[in-house]
Amino acid sequence: MKILVCISKTPDTTAKIAFTDNNTKFDTNGVQWIINPYDEWYALVRAIELKEKDSSSVIHLITVGGADTEPIIRKALALGGDEAIRVNADSHDSFYIASQIAGVAKQGAYDLIFTGKETIDYNGSSIGGMVAELLDLPYVSLATKFELSGTKATISREIEGGEEICEVDLPVVVSAQKGMAEQRIPNMRGIMAARTKPLKVVEPTAVNALTMVAGFGLPPAKAGVKLVSPDNVEELVRLLHEESKSF
Amino acid sequence: MSVLVFIDTAEGHVKKASLEALSYGAKVAEKLGETAEGVVLGSVTEDLAALGKYGVKRIHQVSNKTLDHFDPQVDTNVIAQVAEKTGAKVIVFANNVDGKAIAPRLSARLKAGLVSGAVALPDTSNGFTVKKNVFSGKAFANITIQTEIKIIALSPNAYQVVSGEGTAEVVAFDATVNAGKIKVTHVTKASGEVPLTEAEIVVSAGRGMKGPENWGMVEELAKTLHAALACSRPVADAHWRPHNEHVGQTGIAIAPNLYIAIGISGAIQHLAGVNRSKVIVVINKDPEAPFFKAADYGIVGDAFEIVPKFTAAVKKLKGVA
Ligand SMILES: Cc1cc2nc3c(=O)[nH]c(=O)nc-3n(C[C@H](O)[C@H](O)[C@H](O)COP(=O)(O)OP(=O)(O)OC[C@H]3O[C@@H](n4cnc5c(N)ncnc54)[C@H](O)[C@@H]3O)c2cc1C
Ligand SMILES: Nc1ncnc2c1ncn2[C@@H]1O[C@H](COP(=O)(O)O)[C@@H](O)[C@H]1O
Repeated sequence: MKILVCISKTPDTTAKIAFTDNNTKFDTNGVQWIINPYDEWYALVRAIELKEKDSSSVIHLITVGGADTEPIIRKALALGGDEAIRVNADSHDSFYIASQIAGVAKQGAYDLIFTGKETIDYNGSSIGGMVAELLDLPYVSLATKFELSGTKATISREIEGGEEICEVDLPVVVSAQKGMAEQRIPNMRGIMAARTKPLKVVEPTAVNALTMVAGFGLPPAKAGVKLVSPDNVEELVRLLHEESKSF
Repeated sequence: MSVLVFIDTAEGHVKKASLEALSYGAKVAEKLGETAEGVVLGSVTEDLAALGKYGVKRIHQVSNKTLDHFDPQVDTNVIAQVAEKTGAKVIVFANNVDGKAIAPRLSARLKAGLVSGAVALPDTSNGFTVKKNVFSGKAFANITIQTEIKIIALSPNAYQVVSGEGTAEVVAFDATVNAGKIKVTHVTKASGEVPLTEAEIVVSAGRGMKGPENWGMVEELAKTLHAALACSRPVADAHWRPHNEHVGQTGIAIAPNLYIAIGISGAIQHLAGVNRSKVIVVINKDPEAPFFKAADYGIVGDAFEIVPKFTAAVKKLKGVA
């Protein structure tokens, strides 16, 4: 089986969020970059588990990004990808990124394409669906479990206030979230092996972006907390009822 | 020409997030001088004409049994047909589970730019720019859609439902419906409980509760407030609570009117999922807990004493014993 895992790079979850150039660019100064947690902990690890069950499987990683994404891709290879493809382009337009991924996927004839649930920086939750549409494949989003028997996948996905289980024949695009797998730490052997695994760089195909970032902003700061004495919980309830009208 | 709103249903009922999308779509239509129309797929038990009170003039209903089961590939194809027929300029979704599956497909299908997680009306003074959350609610971005057709997936709880007078004309839409490739075999729903992403009030607890055996008082408070339950990540990781209650950067992101955090320290990754709540109440025994910085109201004290008192005070207010 051939599995493609989409890997993106995001600022570390504790990174300070600030903007430069008149609020048009994210301030990357001092920012640590990580693999987007959903891609790493859930999509990639589940792919590795599938390969552990069926050793004839191969895992390809794809990222659309500049040369600065290579440490991230190496880390993903250390966790267990077999080889990586980097499409050499920097874009924040989901359709542009999805088109690049779909282009590579078309040539690779993958049985399974995993994405994360969303990127924790741009929070689009869009790329999986777009890739699926561009390849005319079924898409199961927000998956919490993925099982395979032969070419039939049984997938659980989140719905509002519950869970849905569905069956679908491969090939399929799946976006992964918590529940799919457990986070792993790369070991020394993996890190050594990753150094020599192939990382192919390809140039992007011409695609028009559909959207553009006009600018960023920060939410207004909170006014400050109003503390209520622990001996007067009724006062808190009164404030929530009368002042903030929360219930 | 129209502003087309996807009306999302569950068990025949229109979801609250779709009422927000309808109100939003009606406002966008008014801004652009277009007509707000709706599209609904599958069997619906609710009175669709009554949705006119949210400003939608016409609702296209595609009542094909195939559509009762959710398959974004099939649904996208049908919505694309309705969009074409109504000359949709703007298509609005709720950015909920279904919206996140369909809107991106439709965007790729129609080559129509998508803003997902929109939190405000579009600014049309110079192009078409929509504000959305980025960096897990720690910032926002203004995104300009450069295509003729625009798709907006509206963040739940970001736009107030506006209801007035009026009824919508409900028309049967005869669409080509393909057979889906996804077969739904099982649906489990925690019945009677409020879905976390749709809840107005959320009661959430963390490691400060010491163990799963102490959740009774948290559940009691939630029940009294008709609130949904949530928890911090370590609580879900330790299996004290189910995964679907985990909120935060790597869990579910929510924006209720009221978020009550009990025994949660307020780590940045936790805040990332709840910082868009309108009002935040923090109960923590440590006055230095970072959560107090993000809170509107707080009590420094022991949750084991305060939570039962909280429940009692709410019951007293509501006049129940
Ligand atoms: C990449 C990454 C992603 C993450 N994603 C998430 C996420 O999505 N969601 C999330 O929640 N976390 C996430 N985390 C974990 C996060 O950093 C914190 O570790 C976690 O939120 C802490 O949970 P907690 O507040 O329940 O526990 P603790 O940090 O242990 O805090 C417990 C709190 O309870 C208080 N307390 C103790 N006893 C009492 C009492 N009797 N009465 C009142 N208060 C009491 C303590 O003062 C303390 O503040 C993530 C971490 C990383 C690195
Ligand atoms: N630049 C990128 N390169 C490769 N995959 C990506 C990229 N951006 C996003 N993805 C994948 O698409 C998923 C959803 O991203 P998004 O739609 O941006 O929230 C991520 O979890 C990744 O798996």
